[in-house]
Amino acid sequence: MNLGPHAEFIVAAYVVTVCVVAALIAWVILDYSAQQRMLGDLEDRGVTRRSQRKG
Amino acid sequence: MPVIDLANPTRFLTLVNRVLPWLVAATFILFAVGLFYAMNAPDDYQQGATVKIMYLHVPAAWLGMFGWGLMSIAALGTLVWRHPLADVAGKAAAPIGAAFTFICLVTGSLWGRPTWGTYWVWDARLTSMLVLFLLYLGVLALYWTAEEPGRGARAAAILSLVGAVNLPIIKFSVDWWNTLHQPASVFRMGGSTIAPALLTPLLIMALAFTLLFVTLHFAIIRNEILRRRVRSMRLMQASELAEAT
Repeated sequence: MNLGPHAEFIVAAYVVTVCVVAALIAWVILDYSAQQRMLGDLEDRGVTRRSQRKG
Repeated sequence: MPVIDLANPTRFLTLVNRVLPWLVAATFILFAVGLFYAMNAPDDYQQGATVKIMYLHVPAAWLGMFGWGLMSIAALGTLVWRHPLADVAGKAAAPIGAAFTFICLVTGSLWGRPTWGTYWVWDARLTSMLVLFLLYLGVLALYWTAEEPGRGARAAAILSLVGAVNLPIIKFSVDWWNTLHQPASVFRMGGSTIAPALLTPLLIMALAFTLLFVTLHFAIIRNEILRRRVRSMRLMQASELAEAT
């Protein structure tokens, strides 16, 4: 594939897009793990949501 | 499951956990197909290979605007019906829309330099798109700095509705003003002006990016619901400790 005389602009556009999307995906995954961990810690300490309480 | 049941956060979480793996798989497959077509598409007769930037720039521009449209609809749900899931949906769309608008601005600059001879001009399309990005930053600041989520949500919802005025300005800026940016060439009266060999990969890439948006939106909504559960459980724990002492 020949990207011609302006190859650096094309490559830069794809690199920037991949970096931004990868950062967004990484943030989502890390945030999910953090929320799951915090929920687990609270449940281990016996804290429950109001809707989960009986009576 | 009736659609109205999805307004319940717990049922929505069940749905997200079920569909997310399928959405991720479909997004990967569509990107693989789209990139294959994009890399093997012919060069433009005037722009040469730089037309390959179009497969990133155009979907990013559409989704940057789509994200704000979604936030505006969610803002109505927050302000009129005060539904907590509407606020969560609006908040979840903001970082994705901001990311796509940023990609649109950067790839547009990188496309503009070899095509127009400049990275940036203050024409109506480019400026209104930059305004959209700044509006996204404003909404994110409101969401992320509010101590009480409800207060931040109302302020962000108002800004979302006010900022929606910018969407038709972006869309019609190339018609209303004399701009360096080209007029609409995909969705226009009289059909697309883009050759099918270039249009097909563009539409596949647009579909792939849209699926990526939906996948990330669902995942961020899930994170936000969990974050609010953690917050309410901590508040409950704190009030119980206060009562005990």
